[in-house]
Amino acid sequence: MSYTKLATASAIALAASGVVTSAQAENLTLCWAAWDPANALVELSKEFEAQSGHTMNFEFVPWPNFADRMLNELNSGGKLCDLLIGDSQWIGGGAENGHYVKLNDFFDAEGISMDDFAPATVYAYSTWPKGTPNYYALPAMGDANGWFYRKDWFARDDIRAAFKDATGRELAEPKTQKEMLEIAQFFQGREIDGKTVYGAAIFTERGSEGITMGVTSALYPWGFKYENTPGSYDMEGAVNSPEAVEALEFYKEFYETATPPGYTNSYMGESLDAFKSGQVAMAMNWFAFFPGLYADPNTGGDKIDFFVNPPQNQAGSTLGGQGISVVAYSDKQDAALEYIKWFAQPDVQAKWWALGGYSAHNSVLQDPGFVDSQPFAGDFLVAMDGVQDFWQEPAYAELLLAMQKRIHDYVVADQGTAKEALDKLIEDWTEVFEDEGKL
Amino acid sequence: MGPGTFQTIRAQDMSERTIDRVAAATPTPVARKIKGLSDRAIAWIFVGPTIFLLLAINIFPLIWTIRLSFTNYKANRVNREPEWIGLRNYERILTDSDIWLNMQATAHFLIWTIILQVLIGFTLAWLINKKFKGNDLWTTIIVLPMMLSPAVVGNFWKFLYQPQIGLFNYIVGFFTGRDPSSFEMLGQVNLAPWSIVIVDTWMWTPFVMLICLAGLRSIPDYIYEAAEIDRASKLRQFFTITVPMVLPFLMLAVLFRGIENFKMFDLVVQLTGGGPGSTTELTSINLKREAFEKWRTGYASAYAIILFVTVFGLASIYVKALNKVKER
Repeated sequence: MSYTKLATASAIALAASGVVTSAQAENLTLCWAAWDPANALVELSKEFEAQSGHTMNFEFVPWPNFADRMLNELNSGGKLCDLLIGDSQWIGGGAENGHYVKLNDFFDAEGISMDDFAPATVYAYSTWPKGTPNYYALPAMGDANGWFYRKDWFARDDIRAAFKDATGRELAEPKTQKEMLEIAQFFQGREIDGKTVYGAAIFTERGSEGITMGVTSALYPWGFKYENTPGSYDMEGAVNSPEAVEALEFYKEFYETATPPGYTNSYMGESLDAFKSGQVAMAMNWFAFFPGLYADPNTGGDKIDFFVNPPQNQAGSTLGGQGISVVAYSDKQDAALEYIKWFAQPDVQAKWWALGGYSAHNSVLQDPGFVDSQPFAGDFLVAMDGVQDFWQEPAYAELLLAMQKRIHDYVVADQGTAKEALDKLIEDWTEVFEDEGKL
Repeated sequence: MGPGTFQTIRAQDMSERTIDRVAAATPTPVARKIKGLSDRAIAWIFVGPTIFLLLAINIFPLIWTIRLSFTNYKANRVNREPEWIGLRNYERILTDSDIWLNMQATAHFLIWTIILQVLIGFTLAWLINKKFKGNDLWTTIIVLPMMLSPAVVGNFWKFLYQPQIGLFNYIVGFFTGRDPSSFEMLGQVNLAPWSIVIVDTWMWTPFVMLICLAGLRSIPDYIYEAAEIDRASKLRQFFTITVPMVLPFLMLAVLFRGIENFKMFDLVVQLTGGGPGSTTELTSINLKREAFEKWRTGYASAYAIILFVTVFGLASIYVKALNKVKER
């Protein structure tokens, strides 16, 4: 064979192999927040790589910057992410602005049924407009705001006796929000093993979503509603109802009387630090962190236990969690859909839960062994039954930042009254909805 | 011209100067045009690319921002056609009491950082200007803070201000007898504005000191010698020689720090995130939230124009004053 023929044959072979490669194996990038479940997903995705031949890359952004970074990416039509596990509140913007691929046809073609997933997660993570059968994501990670506490401290006789002396009741997991505050106040400034400890770590962060996620954990159990009639945007009397005012005053009292000094701008990381360093008796945080907390050698195991956000007038937990979407600007949508198809399988969902991810698949959640599979599994099921989410409107960022400002101004900066804060919040939200043409 | 022809020419006349050959080969009308270029035209050729870049990078975005400021455009809503809303954004901003609170926070930060930095910076420069052993070492140590990244400084001071383990609270507690965890520099409404002033002063006083030092060293010794002969006291020398001659330098430092601190963002975001509440939410932080978190692009454009006009106006007045001082 002459050199010319050899070169021609090599070029054809190379070109052919290139074509085959691009058709069969893609480099997919999945974007999510940088936290414990993301590491579990990396582990889980190795199976997908082995089965499909695709390579998975991951872009994990720390939570405080996650929304900024990813929404910038979507708004600029960026191709960084083929798959995005975006926050539940982004679904409206993702759908209306054309960032997410609508998945209905794909689900129909592949036999993926939303009936196989917990209804609350489908409603929150997948649908837009809310509750309609228009799906833009597959429920990927169920989550809610919950609580954990020092079980070993709660079990100590001296502490139990002191608590009974102080309150007249037994020290146990709180059954109401007010009981929880009472326990936190009992621990505030108490000496335990020669160290001053504090009541509880709650969310007070100003910059992203922290204080809103924290305060709604008090607002929802008091019966807070965003609108009098869903979809009408009539907020007067709902957002600033007497119950909402009482709940906000409660959260402020909690912040002022039962949190560690300097706890003015704290979110997930600070809550975990405060608990793991033995500084607080209780802490609020997302269920997503509970596997890691339970595994912690110093404060996990038999020293920790978990409870659902306590009710007050009703049960209510702040929704976390996310759905997985295919980014409309991706050039690799087929491979990305392949990932979603693989991820939706019941056996993959079971492994997802086993690795530390929170599956929303009914086959996992309704398994008879689920409740006993982890010490927080039963609480997770209870929490997901009572979850409520923030606005999921396309203008959610404006709505969220307004709430961050008004709540932080009142709770942390001690400006005005709870009623004034909620009244101003209605003014801000009204302006946003007027700009949106919805009012 | 093919390579063969070129070789032929080179063979024919190697001594002929290349420029003459090029000139000879150039068609007459073109040569006449190049020869006829005026100095102004040549200057434009050189300056043109720079002006083009300036227009593309600075002027065009400015004009575009002005245009956007009259609309309700949102950069994250590409499907929605922006509407022309006239002066509505400007009206909203100028009548928004929260924006005025941001302006007040910015003014507090600006005024106090400048006052403290000028006083401490000038004092340090005056002391460093004295001849003493270890002078250079002290100068190096003093300028270290301004060499650090604002993100590093912000995080570093966050730890110093920590009520339970922070060194700052401990030192204050040690000297005042107060419980260190009884006050929160970053978390209390009355202390947070001062906490950011302290950090900025710590970081940027060396800059003011260096400029003042340059001013002090530019004063010729013979002026002081003449004053000595005239029996002027040290105090009089200070107020009639040192201060007037350093004043233009000092004013320049104030201009630089004023402009920088008017748009202060990174340090304060690291320290307080604008909190508690909105106590330390400076205008630049609020502007960033409006533009890139809420995506109210039209509104944020109007906000940016208002800030630009404010800074530009104040800076222009100040520069005129500076020139008058220099002329004296």
